[in-house]
Amino acid sequence: MAQTKLSPRQYLILGLVAVSAPLGDTCLSRGMTRLPAITLAHPASLVAAVFTPWIAAGIVLLIGFFASYLTALSWADLTFVLPATAFGNVIVALLSRFWLHEAISPARWAGILLITVGVGFVAQGPSLTERPTILNPALDEALEEAVQLEQEQAR
Amino acid sequence: MIIPAPAAQPSFWTAAAMIAAIVLTSTAGEVLTAGAMKSIGDLDEIRAHSGLRGAIRAVLTCPLFFVGVGFLALAFFSLLLALNHLNLSLVAPASASLTLVTNAIAAKLFLKENVDRRRWTAAVLVCVGVYFLAH
Repeated sequence: MAQTKLSPRQYLILGLVAVSAPLGDTCLSRGMTRLPAITLAHPASLVAAVFTPWIAAGIVLLIGFFASYLTALSWADLTFVLPATAFGNVIVALLSRFWLHEAISPARWAGILLITVGVGFVAQGPSLTERPTILNPALDEALEEAVQLEQEQAR
Repeated sequence: MIIPAPAAQPSFWTAAAMIAAIVLTSTAGEVLTAGAMKSIGDLDEIRAHSGLRGAIRAVLTCPLFFVGVGFLALAFFSLLLALNHLNLSLVAPASASLTLVTNAIAAKLFLKENVDRRRWTAAVLVCVGVYFLAH
């Protein structure tokens, strides 16, 4: 049956998908602009950059993004999850307006409005396409183990 | 000290080919990764039954996942190549918004997702929105 309602935990994972990627990119950008120019003649300085606080924070956030993105793809369609990733741009734009007090042009406000409406459209529909049978060896194995465990406990 | 001469702007077709390379490799990577995750199953349920190690093992033992990640890596290097020749203000909005549409098409064709009118509308709205936001 097509899943129409997501659990609060699944909404949290989609929120992480939306927020962690743009925040990670911002941390990387901030970290790289603070470093002196890196050339291919000194590749070791690129490796050293990984251990600076902003870049390390960016990498941690991007690893968090990939983990939550893969989790979301395991229970929702790609065409459901992708608009959520685009919604992160809206969050960053709003943060830059109200936190960093940057100016946002009318074209950017139009972009924010269009993405918000688009994400709202997708969120109203089912998150997963209905399929008659799902071949899922890993889940079947885990369920089998759980059933066996329950049977042992019942004895 | 030798100062490199400014690189000539690539032709329209070269720029289009660079952006197309990003869009195609990115779409292939996203669709293959999504296909891999669907074949593995709900990670939350696997984690509930087999723990975090079980969930990580389920992902790392799926060959399709690595093919998808390989294409995503290709997309990243295509982006770096494009940024070396083209402006960020062109590459970022064009590739991000076009990828949304090609992903919707590929998800319908290869993942057999139900991309109904609602999802098409959303893909087009988000695509135009990303273009406005990033341009």
